[in-house]
Amino acid sequence: MSAYQSVPAAGGRLPLGRVRALARGQGVPIAAGTVVALVVLAAVFAPLLAPYDPNAVDPLAVSQGSSAAHWLGTDDTGRDILSRLLYGARPSLLAPALITLTAGLAGTALAVSAAWLGGWYDRVVSAFLDLVFGFPGLVLAVVGAAVFGAGLDIAVITLSLAYLPYIARVVRSAALRERALPYVSALGLLGLSGRRICLRHLLPNLLPLVLVQATTSFGYTMLDVAAFSFIGLGTQPPTAEWGLMVANGAPGIIAGQPEQSLYAGLVIVVFVIACNLLGSGLSRRLLGEDR
Amino acid sequence: MADAGAPAALEAAGLRKTYGDFVAVEDVGLSLAPGASLALVGESGSGKTTTARMIAGLEAPTAGTVRFDGRVLPGRRARTAVRGSFAGDVQMVFQDPYASLDRHQRVADSISEVLAHHTDLRGSALARRTAELLDQVGLTAGQARSLPRALSGGQRQRVAIARAVAVRPRVLVLDEAVAALDVSVQAQIVTLLRELREQSDTAYLFITHDLGIVQHICEDIAVMHRGRIIERGRTLSVLERPGAAYTRKLIDSVPRRGWTPKRGATA
Repeated sequence: MSAYQSVPAAGGRLPLGRVRALARGQGVPIAAGTVVALVVLAAVFAPLLAPYDPNAVDPLAVSQGSSAAHWLGTDDTGRDILSRLLYGARPSLLAPALITLTAGLAGTALAVSAAWLGGWYDRVVSAFLDLVFGFPGLVLAVVGAAVFGAGLDIAVITLSLAYLPYIARVVRSAALRERALPYVSALGLLGLSGRRICLRHLLPNLLPLVLVQATTSFGYTMLDVAAFSFIGLGTQPPTAEWGLMVANGAPGIIAGQPEQSLYAGLVIVVFVIACNLLGSGLSRRLLGEDR
Repeated sequence: MADAGAPAALEAAGLRKTYGDFVAVEDVGLSLAPGASLALVGESGSGKTTTARMIAGLEAPTAGTVRFDGRVLPGRRARTAVRGSFAGDVQMVFQDPYASLDRHQRVADSISEVLAHHTDLRGSALARRTAELLDQVGLTAGQARSLPRALSGGQRQRVAIARAVAVRPRVLVLDEAVAALDVSVQAQIVTLLRELREQSDTAYLFITHDLGIVQHICEDIAVMHRGRIIERGRTLSVLERPGAAYTRKLIDSVPRRGWTPKRGATA
Protein backbone atom coordinates (compact mmCIF):
# COMPACT_ATOMS: atom_id res chain seq x y z
CA MET A 1 0.00 0.00 0.00
CA SER A 2 1.06 3.52 -0.44
CA ALA A 3 3.18 5.06 2.24
CA TYR A 4 1.78 8.46 1.41
CA GLN A 5 -1.21 9.86 3.15
CA SER A 6 -3.44 12.39 1.60
CA VAL A 7 -3.52 15.47 3.76
CA PRO A 8 -6.64 17.57 3.50
CA ALA A 9 -5.86 21.02 2.17
CA ALA A 10 -5.57 23.47 5.02
CA GLY A 11 -8.92 24.93 5.94
CA GLY A 12 -10.58 23.57 2.83
CA ARG A 13 -13.78 22.65 4.57
CA LEU A 14 -14.48 25.59 6.85
CA PRO A 15 -16.02 28.61 5.14
CA LEU A 16 -13.66 30.80 7.14
CA GLY A 17 -10.68 28.78 5.96
CA ARG A 18 -11.87 29.03 2.39
CA VAL A 19 -12.24 32.79 2.73
CA ARG A 20 -8.74 32.96 4.16
CA ALA A 21 -7.34 30.89 1.29
CA LEU A 22 -9.06 33.19 -1.20
CA ALA A 23 -7.75 36.24 0.57
CA ARG A 24 -4.15 35.06 0.67
CA GLY A 25 -1.90 37.58 -1.02
CA GLN A 26 -4.93 39.73 -1.84
CA GLY A 27 -4.54 42.22 1.00
CA VAL A 28 -4.27 45.31 -1.16
CA PRO A 29 -7.25 44.60 -3.46
CA ILE A 30 -9.38 43.63 -0.48
CA ALA A 31 -8.48 46.84 1.36
CA ALA A 32 -9.18 48.83 -1.81
CA GLY A 33 -12.49 47.06 -2.31
CA THR A 34 -13.43 47.80 1.30
CA VAL A 35 -12.73 51.51 0.81
CA VAL A 36 -14.87 51.60 -2.35
CA ALA A 37 -17.67 49.69 -0.60
CA LEU A 38 -17.58 51.97 2.44
CA VAL A 39 -17.80 55.09 0.28
CA VAL A 40 -20.74 53.63 -1.65
CA LEU A 41 -22.48 52.71 1.61
CA ALA A 42 -21.82 56.21 2.96
CA ALA A 43 -23.46 57.67 -0.14
CA VAL A 44 -26.49 55.39 0.15
CA PHE A 45 -26.99 55.94 3.87
CA ALA A 46 -25.96 59.60 3.97
CA PRO A 47 -29.28 60.75 5.53
CA LEU A 48 -28.79 58.30 8.41
CA LEU A 49 -25.09 58.98 8.91
CA ALA A 50 -24.88 62.75 8.45
CA PRO A 51 -25.12 64.65 11.75
CA TYR A 52 -26.48 67.82 10.06
CA ASP A 53 -28.45 68.94 7.04
CA PRO A 54 -25.72 69.43 4.41
CA ASN A 55 -27.17 72.79 3.37
CA ALA A 56 -27.98 74.15 6.85
CA VAL A 57 -26.19 77.46 7.21
CA ASP A 58 -25.02 78.43 10.72
CA PRO A 59 -23.80 82.06 10.87
CA LEU A 60 -22.52 81.48 14.41
CA ALA A 61 -20.15 78.66 13.42
CA VAL A 62 -18.35 79.85 10.29
CA SER A 63 -15.03 78.33 9.18
CA GLN A 64 -14.40 76.35 12.32
CA GLY A 65 -11.78 73.64 12.80
CA SER A 66 -12.50 70.17 14.10
CA SER A 67 -14.60 70.00 17.24
CA ALA A 68 -16.92 67.63 19.08
CA ALA A 69 -19.91 69.33 17.44
CA HIS A 70 -18.39 69.39 13.92
CA TRP A 71 -15.89 66.52 13.56
CA LEU A 72 -14.38 67.86 10.36
CA GLY A 73 -15.18 71.51 11.01
CA THR A 74 -17.47 73.86 9.10
CA ASP A 75 -17.17 75.75 5.84
CA ASP A 76 -17.31 79.50 5.13
CA THR A 77 -21.08 79.64 5.66
CA GLY A 78 -21.08 77.42 8.72
CA ARG A 79 -22.20 74.19 7.00
CA ASP A 80 -20.98 70.91 8.52
CA ILE A 81 -18.16 69.54 6.32
CA LEU A 82 -18.67 65.88 7.32
CA SER A 83 -22.37 66.05 6.40
CA ARG A 84 -21.52 67.71 3.08
CA LEU A 85 -18.91 65.04 2.31
CA LEU A 86 -21.44 62.27 3.02
CA TYR A 87 -24.20 63.84 0.93
CA GLY A 88 -21.65 64.95 -1.64
CA ALA A 89 -20.73 61.31 -2.22
CA ARG A 90 -24.06 60.89 -4.03
CA PRO A 91 -23.53 63.10 -7.10
CA SER A 92 -19.78 62.43 -6.90
CA LEU A 93 -20.40 58.68 -7.32
CA LEU A 94 -23.58 58.70 -9.36
CA ALA A 95 -22.19 60.68 -12.29
CA PRO A 96 -19.07 58.49 -12.70
CA ALA A 97 -21.23 55.38 -12.30
CA LEU A 98 -23.53 56.51 -15.11
CA ILE A 99 -20.55 57.40 -17.28
CA THR A 100 -18.83 54.06 -16.67
CA LEU A 101 -22.05 52.15 -17.27
CA THR A 102 -22.79 53.95 -20.54
CA ALA A 103 -19.21 53.76 -21.80
CA GLY A 104 -18.98 50.13 -20.68
CA LEU A 105 -22.17 48.97 -22.40
CA ALA A 106 -21.75 50.99 -25.59
CA GLY A 107 -18.00 50.35 -25.72
CA THR A 108 -18.42 46.59 -25.35
CA ALA A 109 -21.19 46.48 -27.95
CA LEU A 110 -19.07 48.48 -30.41
CA ALA A 111 -15.96 46.43 -29.69
CA VAL A 112 -17.56 43.00 -30.05
CA SER A 113 -19.53 43.93 -33.15
CA ALA A 114 -16.44 45.47 -34.78
CA ALA A 115 -14.27 42.45 -33.99
CA TRP A 116 -16.96 40.07 -35.22
CA LEU A 117 -18.04 41.84 -38.41
CA GLY A 118 -14.61 43.16 -39.39
CA GLY A 119 -14.28 44.81 -42.80
CA TRP A 120 -15.25 48.45 -43.33
CA TYR A 121 -17.41 48.52 -40.19
CA ASP A 122 -14.43 47.60 -38.04
CA ARG A 123 -12.29 50.23 -39.76
CA VAL A 124 -14.92 52.94 -39.21
CA VAL A 125 -15.38 52.00 -35.54
CA SER A 126 -11.62 51.84 -34.93
CA ALA A 127 -11.04 55.21 -36.61
CA PHE A 128 -13.85 56.73 -34.55
CA LEU A 129 -12.39 55.33 -31.32
CA ASP A 130 -8.91 56.62 -32.20
CA LEU A 131 -10.36 60.04 -32.93
CA VAL A 132 -12.22 60.22 -29.61
CA PHE A 133 -9.18 58.84 -27.80
CA GLY A 134 -7.23 61.88 -29.00
CA PHE A 135 -9.38 64.26 -26.94
CA PRO A 136 -8.86 64.49 -23.18
CA GLY A 137 -12.20 63.82 -21.51
CA LEU A 138 -12.24 67.08 -19.65
CA VAL A 139 -11.65 69.13 -22.81
CA LEU A 140 -14.55 67.37 -24.50
CA ALA A 141 -16.72 68.04 -21.45
CA VAL A 142 -15.79 71.75 -21.40
CA VAL A 143 -16.61 72.05 -25.10
CA GLY A 144 -19.93 70.34 -24.37
CA ALA A 145 -20.63 72.80 -21.57
CA ALA A 146 -19.71 75.73 -23.82
CA VAL A 147 -22.25 74.60 -26.38
CA PHE A 148 -25.06 73.26 -24.20
CA GLY A 149 -24.51 75.06 -20.90
CA ALA A 150 -23.18 73.94 -17.53
CA GLY A 151 -24.55 70.97 -15.61
CA LEU A 152 -23.72 67.47 -14.49
CA ASP A 153 -25.86 65.97 -17.29
CA ILE A 154 -23.55 67.50 -19.90
CA ALA A 155 -20.57 66.01 -18.07
CA VAL A 156 -22.20 62.58 -18.06
CA ILE A 157 -22.94 62.66 -21.79
CA THR A 158 -19.60 64.03 -22.96
CA LEU A 159 -17.49 61.93 -20.59
CA SER A 160 -19.41 58.78 -21.59
CA LEU A 161 -18.26 59.49 -25.11
CA ALA A 162 -14.73 60.31 -24.01
CA TYR A 163 -14.38 57.06 -22.03
CA LEU A 164 -15.76 54.89 -24.83
CA PRO A 165 -12.26 54.16 -26.24
CA TYR A 166 -10.90 53.16 -22.81
CA ILE A 167 -13.29 50.22 -22.79
CA ALA A 168 -13.76 49.59 -26.49
CA ARG A 169 -10.15 49.52 -27.66
CA VAL A 170 -9.07 46.94 -25.10
CA VAL A 171 -12.19 44.82 -25.49
CA ARG A 172 -11.94 44.89 -29.28
CA SER A 173 -8.42 43.48 -29.32
CA ALA A 174 -9.43 40.83 -26.78
CA ALA A 175 -12.48 39.98 -28.88
CA LEU A 176 -10.26 39.59 -31.96
CA ARG A 177 -8.05 37.14 -30.06
CA GLU A 178 -11.08 35.29 -28.73
CA ARG A 179 -12.67 35.13 -32.16
CA ALA A 180 -9.60 33.40 -33.57
CA LEU A 181 -9.94 30.49 -31.12
CA PRO A 182 -11.06 27.18 -32.61
CA TYR A 183 -14.19 26.98 -30.48
CA VAL A 184 -15.61 29.98 -32.32
CA SER A 185 -14.89 28.32 -35.67
CA ALA A 186 -16.48 25.12 -34.37
CA LEU A 187 -19.65 26.96 -33.30
CA GLY A 188 -19.83 28.61 -36.72
CA LEU A 189 -19.50 25.25 -38.46
CA LEU A 190 -22.23 23.89 -36.21
CA GLY A 191 -24.53 26.48 -37.73
CA LEU A 192 -25.00 28.84 -34.78
CA SER A 193 -25.72 32.43 -35.79
CA GLY A 194 -23.14 35.17 -35.37
CA ARG A 195 -25.42 36.97 -32.94
CA ARG A 196 -25.72 33.89 -30.77
CA ILE A 197 -21.98 33.24 -30.82
CA CYS A 198 -21.31 36.87 -29.84
CA LEU A 199 -23.93 37.10 -27.11
CA ARG A 200 -23.72 33.63 -25.61
CA HIS A 201 -20.06 32.76 -26.11
CA LEU A 202 -17.81 35.75 -26.80
CA LEU A 203 -19.46 38.14 -24.35
CA PRO A 204 -19.33 35.91 -21.23
CA ASN A 205 -15.66 35.25 -21.95
CA LEU A 206 -14.91 38.96 -22.32
CA LEU A 207 -16.91 40.08 -19.29
CA PRO A 208 -14.03 39.85 -16.76
CA LEU A 209 -11.97 42.19 -18.93
CA VAL A 210 -14.87 44.64 -19.24
CA LEU A 211 -15.26 44.59 -15.46
CA VAL A 212 -11.58 45.31 -14.90
CA GLN A 213 -11.54 48.16 -17.41
CA ALA A 214 -14.74 49.62 -15.97
CA THR A 215 -13.40 49.53 -12.41
CA THR A 216 -10.24 51.42 -13.33
CA SER A 217 -12.18 53.86 -15.53
CA PHE A 218 -14.58 54.53 -12.67
CA GLY A 219 -11.77 56.12 -10.66
CA TYR A 220 -10.64 58.29 -13.55
CA THR A 221 -14.16 59.42 -14.45
CA MET A 222 -14.67 60.44 -10.83
CA LEU A 223 -11.54 62.57 -11.08
CA ASP A 224 -12.81 64.16 -14.29
CA VAL A 225 -16.28 64.82 -12.89
CA ALA A 226 -14.75 66.40 -9.77
CA ALA A 227 -12.52 68.57 -11.95
CA PHE A 228 -15.52 69.54 -14.07
CA SER A 229 -17.38 70.68 -10.95
CA PHE A 230 -14.22 72.31 -9.61
CA ILE A 231 -14.07 74.67 -12.57
CA GLY A 232 -17.72 75.48 -11.99
CA LEU A 233 -19.32 73.69 -14.93
CA GLY A 234 -20.73 70.61 -13.19
CA THR A 235 -22.78 70.50 -10.00
CA GLN A 236 -24.07 73.95 -9.12
CA PRO A 237 -24.11 75.39 -5.58
CA PRO A 238 -25.46 74.87 -3.02
CA THR A 239 -25.57 71.14 -3.80
CA ALA A 240 -22.78 69.29 -2.00
CA GLU A 241 -20.29 67.64 -4.35
CA TRP A 242 -16.63 66.83 -3.74
CA GLY A 243 -15.08 68.71 -6.66
CA LEU A 244 -17.23 71.75 -5.88
CA MET A 245 -16.19 71.57 -2.21
CA VAL A 246 -12.53 71.66 -3.17
CA ALA A 247 -13.23 74.81 -5.21
CA ASN A 248 -15.35 76.41 -2.45
CA GLY A 249 -12.67 75.84 0.12
CA ALA A 250 -9.87 77.23 -2.02
CA PRO A 251 -9.99 80.80 -0.60
CA GLY A 252 -9.84 79.27 2.88
CA ILE A 253 -6.47 77.65 2.19
CA ILE A 254 -4.76 81.03 2.13
CA ALA A 255 -6.77 82.22 5.12
CA GLY A 256 -5.51 79.29 7.19
CA GLN A 257 -8.74 77.26 7.03
CA PRO A 258 -7.88 74.43 4.63
CA GLU A 259 -10.42 71.90 6.07
CA GLN A 260 -13.04 71.96 3.32
CA SER A 261 -10.63 71.63 0.37
CA LEU A 262 -8.33 69.29 2.25
CA TYR A 263 -10.94 66.74 3.30
CA ALA A 264 -12.83 66.80 0.00
CA GLY A 265 -9.56 66.47 -1.94
CA LEU A 266 -8.42 63.66 0.33
CA VAL A 267 -11.64 61.73 -0.20
CA ILE A 268 -11.29 62.06 -3.98
CA VAL A 269 -7.65 60.95 -3.98
CA VAL A 270 -8.25 57.98 -1.69
CA PHE A 271 -11.25 56.84 -3.72
CA VAL A 272 -9.47 57.11 -7.07
CA ILE A 273 -6.44 55.21 -5.76
CA ALA A 274 -8.74 52.56 -4.29
CA CYS A 275 -10.45 52.12 -7.68
CA ASN A 276 -7.09 51.72 -9.39
CA LEU A 277 -5.82 49.18 -6.90
CA LEU A 278 -9.10 47.28 -7.02
CA GLY A 279 -8.91 47.27 -10.81
CA SER A 280 -5.40 45.86 -10.92
CA GLY A 281 -6.29 43.32 -8.21
CA LEU A 282 -9.32 42.18 -10.23
CA SER A 283 -7.17 42.04 -13.33
CA ARG A 284 -4.69 39.71 -11.66
CA ARG A 285 -7.45 37.59 -10.21
CA LEU A 286 -9.78 37.41 -13.21
CA LEU A 287 -7.37 37.71 -16.11
CA GLY A 288 -4.35 36.13 -14.49
CA GLU A 289 -2.00 38.93 -15.39
CA ASP A 290 -0.47 42.01 -13.92
CA ARG A 291 -1.25 45.16 -15.77
CA MET B 1 -11.41 6.27 -53.20
CA ALA B 2 -13.87 3.57 -52.14
CA ASP B 3 -16.34 1.97 -54.59
CA ALA B 4 -16.75 4.28 -57.53
CA GLY B 5 -20.49 3.70 -57.98
CA ALA B 6 -21.71 5.38 -54.76
CA PRO B 7 -22.33 9.16 -54.84
CA ALA B 8 -19.48 10.99 -53.12
CA ALA B 9 -20.11 12.49 -49.69
CA LEU B 10 -17.33 14.94 -50.42
CA GLU B 11 -15.94 15.98 -53.75
CA ALA B 12 -13.15 18.57 -53.75
CA ALA B 13 -11.62 19.51 -57.08
CA GLY B 14 -8.74 21.72 -58.15
CA LEU B 15 -8.29 23.30 -54.71
CA ARG B 16 -5.70 26.02 -54.68
CA LYS B 17 -4.80 28.49 -51.96
CA THR B 18 -2.27 31.27 -52.16
CA TYR B 19 -1.19 33.79 -49.56
CA GLY B 20 0.39 36.60 -51.55
CA ASP B 21 3.08 34.94 -53.65
CA PHE B 22 3.18 31.86 -51.47
CA VAL B 23 1.28 28.87 -52.80
CA ALA B 24 0.05 26.85 -49.82
CA VAL B 25 -2.12 24.37 -51.73
CA GLU B 26 -1.94 23.54 -55.43
CA ASP B 27 -4.44 21.51 -57.43
CA VAL B 28 -5.68 19.24 -54.66
CA GLY B 29 -8.57 16.96 -55.46
CA LEU B 30 -10.23 14.61 -53.01
CA SER B 31 -13.32 12.52 -52.96
CA LEU B 32 -14.85 10.60 -50.11
CA ALA B 33 -17.57 7.98 -50.38
CA PRO B 34 -20.06 7.74 -47.49
CA GLY B 35 -18.38 5.98 -44.59
CA ALA B 36 -14.92 6.14 -46.16
CA SER B 37 -11.86 7.17 -44.20
CA LEU B 38 -9.00 9.01 -45.83
CA ALA B 39 -5.78 10.10 -44.17
CA LEU B 40 -4.14 13.25 -45.43
CA VAL B 41 -0.54 13.11 -44.27
CA GLY B 42 2.48 15.32 -44.66
CA GLU B 43 4.97 17.35 -42.70
CA SER B 44 4.23 20.75 -41.14
CA GLY B 45 3.63 23.31 -43.85
CA SER B 46 2.70 20.74 -46.48
CA GLY B 47 -0.72 22.35 -46.87
CA LYS B 48 -2.80 19.64 -45.25
CA THR B 49 -4.40 21.86 -42.60
CA THR B 50 -5.14 24.56 -45.19
CA THR B 51 -6.80 21.89 -47.31
CA ALA B 52 -8.83 20.76 -44.30
CA ARG B 53 -9.92 24.32 -43.52
CA MET B 54 -11.00 24.90 -47.12
CA ILE B 55 -13.02 21.71 -47.06
CA ALA B 56 -14.67 22.74 -43.80
CA GLY B 57 -15.42 26.19 -45.24
CA LEU B 58 -13.24 28.05 -42.76
CA GLU B 59 -10.94 29.25 -45.50
CA ALA B 60 -11.99 30.39 -48.96
CA PRO B 61 -10.14 28.58 -51.76
CA THR B 62 -8.31 30.80 -54.24
CA ALA B 63 -9.56 28.38 -56.88
CA GLY B 64 -11.43 25.10 -56.96
CA THR B 65 -14.68 23.85 -55.49
CA VAL B 66 -15.85 21.76 -52.56
CA ARG B 67 -19.09 19.84 -52.98
CA PHE B 68 -21.06 17.83 -50.47
CA ASP B 69 -23.51 15.47 -52.11
CA GLY B 70 -23.32 17.70 -55.18
CA ARG B 71 -23.96 21.02 -53.36
CA VAL B 72 -21.19 23.63 -53.54
CA LEU B 73 -19.95 24.89 -50.18
CA PRO B 74 -20.49 28.66 -49.86
CA GLY B 75 -17.71 31.02 -48.78
CA ARG B 76 -16.77 31.99 -45.25
CA ARG B 77 -18.79 35.19 -45.48
CA ALA B 78 -21.96 33.43 -46.60
CA ARG B 79 -25.15 34.18 -44.72
CA THR B 80 -25.57 32.29 -41.46
CA ALA B 81 -28.63 30.43 -42.71
CA VAL B 82 -26.82 29.19 -45.81
CA ARG B 83 -23.72 28.22 -43.88
CA GLY B 84 -25.84 26.60 -41.18
CA SER B 85 -27.46 24.36 -43.76
CA PHE B 86 -24.04 22.79 -44.32
CA ALA B 87 -23.64 21.87 -40.64
CA GLY B 88 -24.93 18.40 -41.44
CA ASP B 89 -22.45 18.08 -44.28
CA VAL B 90 -19.15 18.81 -42.64
CA GLN B 91 -17.90 19.13 -39.09
CA MET B 92 -14.40 19.53 -37.78
CA VAL B 93 -12.46 18.49 -34.69
CA PHE B 94 -9.53 20.78 -33.98
CA GLN B 95 -6.02 20.08 -32.81
CA ASP B 96 -6.03 22.07 -29.56
CA PRO B 97 -8.50 20.49 -27.13
CA TYR B 98 -7.93 23.38 -24.73
CA ALA B 99 -9.24 26.01 -27.14
CA SER B 100 -11.94 24.12 -29.01
CA LEU B 101 -14.52 24.37 -26.22
CA ASP B 102 -16.05 27.51 -24.72
CA ARG B 103 -14.42 27.70 -21.28
CA HIS B 104 -17.54 29.16 -19.67
CA GLN B 105 -19.93 26.52 -20.95
CA ARG B 106 -20.62 23.28 -19.17
CA VAL B 107 -19.91 20.19 -21.23
CA ALA B 108 -23.54 19.03 -21.42
CA ASP B 109 -24.67 22.55 -22.39
CA SER B 110 -22.24 22.66 -25.29
CA ILE B 111 -23.86 19.51 -26.68
CA SER B 112 -27.48 20.41 -25.94
CA GLU B 113 -27.04 23.88 -27.46
CA VAL B 114 -26.15 22.25 -30.77
CA LEU B 115 -28.91 19.67 -30.51
CA ALA B 116 -31.51 22.33 -29.71
CA HIS B 117 -30.39 24.27 -32.76
CA HIS B 118 -30.63 21.35 -35.17
CA THR B 119 -33.41 19.17 -33.79
CA ASP B 120 -36.86 19.57 -32.27
CA LEU B 121 -35.69 17.94 -29.05
CA ARG B 122 -36.53 19.98 -25.95
CA GLY B 123 -36.64 19.46 -22.19
CA SER B 124 -36.09 15.94 -20.96
CA ALA B 125 -35.78 14.47 -24.47
CA LEU B 126 -32.98 16.94 -25.15
CA ALA B 127 -31.25 16.05 -21.89
CA ARG B 128 -31.60 12.35 -22.68
CA ARG B 129 -30.07 12.66 -26.15
CA THR B 130 -27.23 14.81 -24.72
CA ALA B 131 -26.48 12.19 -22.07
CA GLU B 132 -26.62 9.50 -24.75
CA LEU B 133 -24.06 11.29 -26.92
CA LEU B 134 -21.71 11.93 -24.02
CA ASP B 135 -22.06 8.33 -22.92
CA GLN B 136 -21.24 7.24 -26.45
CA VAL B 137 -17.89 9.04 -26.27
CA GLY B 138 -17.22 7.63 -22.80
CA LEU B 139 -17.93 10.59 -20.55
CA THR B 140 -19.70 10.27 -17.21
CA ALA B 141 -22.69 12.27 -15.96
CA GLY B 142 -20.38 14.02 -13.52
CA GLN B 143 -18.05 15.11 -16.30
CA ALA B 144 -21.06 16.30 -18.28
CA ARG B 145 -21.88 18.76 -15.53
CA SER B 146 -18.37 20.16 -15.29
CA LEU B 147 -16.64 23.00 -17.08
CA PRO B 148 -13.99 22.12 -19.69
CA ARG B 149 -11.17 23.14 -17.33
CA ALA B 150 -12.02 20.20 -15.07
CA LEU B 151 -11.36 17.77 -17.94
CA SER B 152 -8.15 16.39 -19.38
CA GLY B 153 -7.09 16.97 -22.98
CA GLY B 154 -8.40 13.57 -24.06
CA GLN B 155 -11.73 14.11 -22.31
CA ARG B 156 -12.10 17.51 -23.93
CA GLN B 157 -11.42 15.99 -27.32
CA ARG B 158 -14.19 13.47 -26.60
CA VAL B 159 -16.56 16.39 -25.95
CA ALA B 160 -15.50 18.04 -29.22
CA ILE B 161 -16.14 14.77 -31.06
CA ALA B 162 -19.55 14.33 -29.41
CA ARG B 163 -20.46 17.90 -30.35
CA ALA B 164 -19.43 17.32 -33.96
CA VAL B 165 -21.27 14.00 -34.38
CA ALA B 166 -24.37 15.45 -32.70
CA VAL B 167 -25.41 16.84 -36.10
CA ARG B 168 -24.62 13.53 -37.88
CA PRO B 169 -22.29 15.07 -40.46
CA ARG B 170 -21.59 13.42 -43.81
CA VAL B 171 -17.93 14.28 -43.42
CA LEU B 172 -15.93 14.71 -40.24
CA VAL B 173 -12.63 16.53 -40.66
CA LEU B 174 -10.18 15.63 -37.90
CA ASP B 175 -7.37 18.16 -38.01
CA GLU B 176 -4.47 16.68 -36.02
CA ALA B 177 -7.21 15.74 -33.56
CA VAL B 178 -5.00 13.43 -31.52
CA ALA B 179 -1.66 15.18 -31.99
CA ALA B 180 -1.86 17.08 -28.69
CA LEU B 181 -2.63 13.96 -26.64
CA ASP B 182 -0.48 11.35 -24.88
CA VAL B 183 0.15 8.15 -26.78
CA SER B 184 -2.17 6.05 -24.58
CA VAL B 185 -4.93 8.66 -24.86
CA GLN B 186 -4.36 8.81 -28.62
CA ALA B 187 -5.11 5.09 -28.80
CA GLN B 188 -8.35 5.57 -26.83
CA ILE B 189 -9.52 8.36 -29.12
CA VAL B 190 -8.63 6.38 -32.25
CA THR B 191 -10.60 3.44 -30.86
CA LEU B 192 -13.53 5.75 -30.15
CA LEU B 193 -13.43 7.15 -33.69
CA ARG B 194 -13.42 3.64 -35.13
CA GLU B 195 -16.43 2.67 -33.00
CA LEU B 196 -18.32 5.80 -34.03
CA ARG B 197 -17.64 5.08 -37.69
CA GLU B 198 -19.04 1.60 -37.39
CA GLN B 199 -22.30 3.08 -36.07
CA SER B 200 -22.77 5.69 -38.79
CA ASP B 201 -21.85 6.32 -42.40
CA THR B 202 -19.90 9.48 -41.59
CA ALA B 203 -16.78 9.73 -43.73
CA TYR B 204 -13.53 10.76 -42.05
CA LEU B 205 -10.87 13.07 -43.39
CA PHE B 206 -8.03 12.47 -40.97
CA ILE B 207 -5.33 15.11 -41.13
CA THR B 208 -2.11 14.03 -39.43
CA HIS B 209 1.66 14.14 -39.56
CA ASP B 210 1.81 10.89 -37.61
CA LEU B 211 2.04 7.87 -39.94
CA GLY B 212 2.05 5.54 -36.95
CA ILE B 213 -1.69 5.84 -36.30
CA VAL B 214 -2.96 6.19 -39.86
CA GLN B 215 -3.35 2.46 -40.53
CA HIS B 216 -5.51 2.08 -37.41
CA ILE B 217 -8.19 4.40 -38.68
CA CYS B 218 -7.94 4.98 -42.43
CA GLU B 219 -8.22 2.60 -45.37
CA ASP B 220 -6.95 5.21 -47.79
CA ILE B 221 -4.10 7.65 -47.62
CA ALA B 222 -2.97 10.71 -49.54
CA VAL B 223 0.48 12.15 -49.02
CA MET B 224 0.93 15.90 -49.34
CA HIS B 225 4.21 17.65 -49.98
CA ARG B 226 4.65 21.34 -50.69
CA GLY B 227 0.97 21.89 -51.29
CA ARG B 228 0.42 18.98 -53.69
CA ILE B 229 -0.78 15.44 -53.29
CA ILE B 230 2.20 13.40 -54.44
CA GLU B 231 0.95 9.90 -53.73
CA ARG B 232 -2.33 8.21 -52.87
CA GLY B 233 -3.70 4.72 -52.48
CA ARG B 234 -4.74 2.07 -49.97
CA THR B 235 -3.05 2.79 -46.64
CA LEU B 236 -1.41 -0.60 -46.21
CA SER B 237 0.02 -0.79 -49.71
CA VAL B 238 1.35 2.77 -49.59
CA LEU B 239 2.96 2.16 -46.21
CA GLU B 240 4.49 -1.13 -47.36
CA ARG B 241 5.45 -0.14 -50.90
CA PRO B 242 5.74 3.64 -51.05
CA GLY B 243 6.04 4.90 -54.61
CA ALA B 244 7.38 8.38 -54.01
CA ALA B 245 10.79 8.96 -52.48
CA TYR B 246 9.28 11.56 -50.14
CA THR B 247 6.75 9.05 -48.81
CA ARG B 248 9.54 6.59 -48.08
CA LYS B 249 11.42 9.27 -46.19
CA LEU B 250 8.29 10.09 -44.19
CA ILE B 251 7.78 6.41 -43.33
CA ASP B 252 11.41 5.97 -42.36
CA SER B 253 11.15 8.84 -39.93
CA VAL B 254 8.48 7.09 -37.84
CA PRO B 255 10.04 5.64 -34.67
CA ARG B 256 9.31 1.91 -34.27
CA ARG B 257 10.65 -1.08 -32.45
CA GLY B 258 14.33 -1.60 -33.15
CA TRP B 259 14.55 1.87 -34.63
CA THR B 260 17.74 3.76 -33.99
CA PRO B 261 18.17 7.37 -34.96
CA LYS B 262 20.61 7.62 -37.84
CA ARG B 263 22.87 10.53 -38.38
CA GLY B 264 22.29 12.02 -41.80
CA ALA B 265 19.65 9.48 -42.85
CA THR B 266 19.49 8.93 -46.57
CA ALA B 267 16.26 9.26 -48.45
